Amino acid sequence: MLISNIESIPGQRVVRHLGLVQGNTVRAKHLGKDILAGFKNIFGGELTAYTELLSEAREEAVARMVEHAEAVGGNGVINVRFSTSSVTAGAAELFAYGTAVVLEADRD
Amino acid sequence: MELILLAVLATLGFVFGRIAERRHFASIFAREAQLKELLIFNERTVPPGAWQTGQLVGGNVVISVDYFKRLAAGLRALFGGRLTTYESLLERGRREALLRMKEEARSLGAAMVINVRLETASISKGDGDQIGSIEVYAYGTALREGPSPLAS
Repeated sequence: MLISNIESIPGQRVVRHLGLVQGNTVRAKHLGKDILAGFKNIFGGELTAYTELLSEAREEAVARMVEHAEAVGGNGVINVRFSTSSVTAGAAELFAYGTAVVLEADRD
Repeated sequence: MELILLAVLATLGFVFGRIAERRHFASIFAREAQLKELLIFNERTVPPGAWQTGQLVGGNVVISVDYFKRLAAGLRALFGGRLTTYESLLERGRREALLRMKEEARSLGAAMVINVRLETASISKGDGDQIGSIEVYAYGTALREGPSPLAS
């Protein structure tokens, strides 16, 4: 599965477009981590636990998008976009979407 | 009593926040210098060249402002104008996210990253509905020379 956020993938030719595919996940913060983050809010600096949480969540959103793309018979997703929205206090939705395509190696 | 607590928190924030920020900027400068060969662009077109493959890369960071700066920004917001304390927070976040994206690109052996996009989200609200911490996510398509991983 090849993924890019441009309209093509270098070295590959788009044979067929299969339409929009998407994946999302909603994550809430862990209470213990939240308390630690509270301390960090005093001293400032990176909240590593949240960085990891969000990057894991984003990976999962991408994985679901890829699953969706496989389900419709694609072997690539192009023009991928991400969006983040907070649903309620303490929870965020991560959303990834793109166009599923059938790719063929460009051998010329 | 509450005033004392406030003063203690503000002092802690001022001292540690300043140290942390200085250290972070030093680390950003050092890594930016290391990665300056890897160019990033925000245009969509693939530059001419023998590019074999492109791959999505990204980097994120959640970063928080310290207590003193939040207090200072709260006071500043009463009068309006530039909130310099938040400006430096966002700058650190963006540069750090871009660096992480570049580091991922480098680990893949990429020569450049195109169509770079930055997304900023406010994660948690601090006291009095002020912004406590922000997440910055940078992503783009890394271009690599070399044999293409065949999509089958």
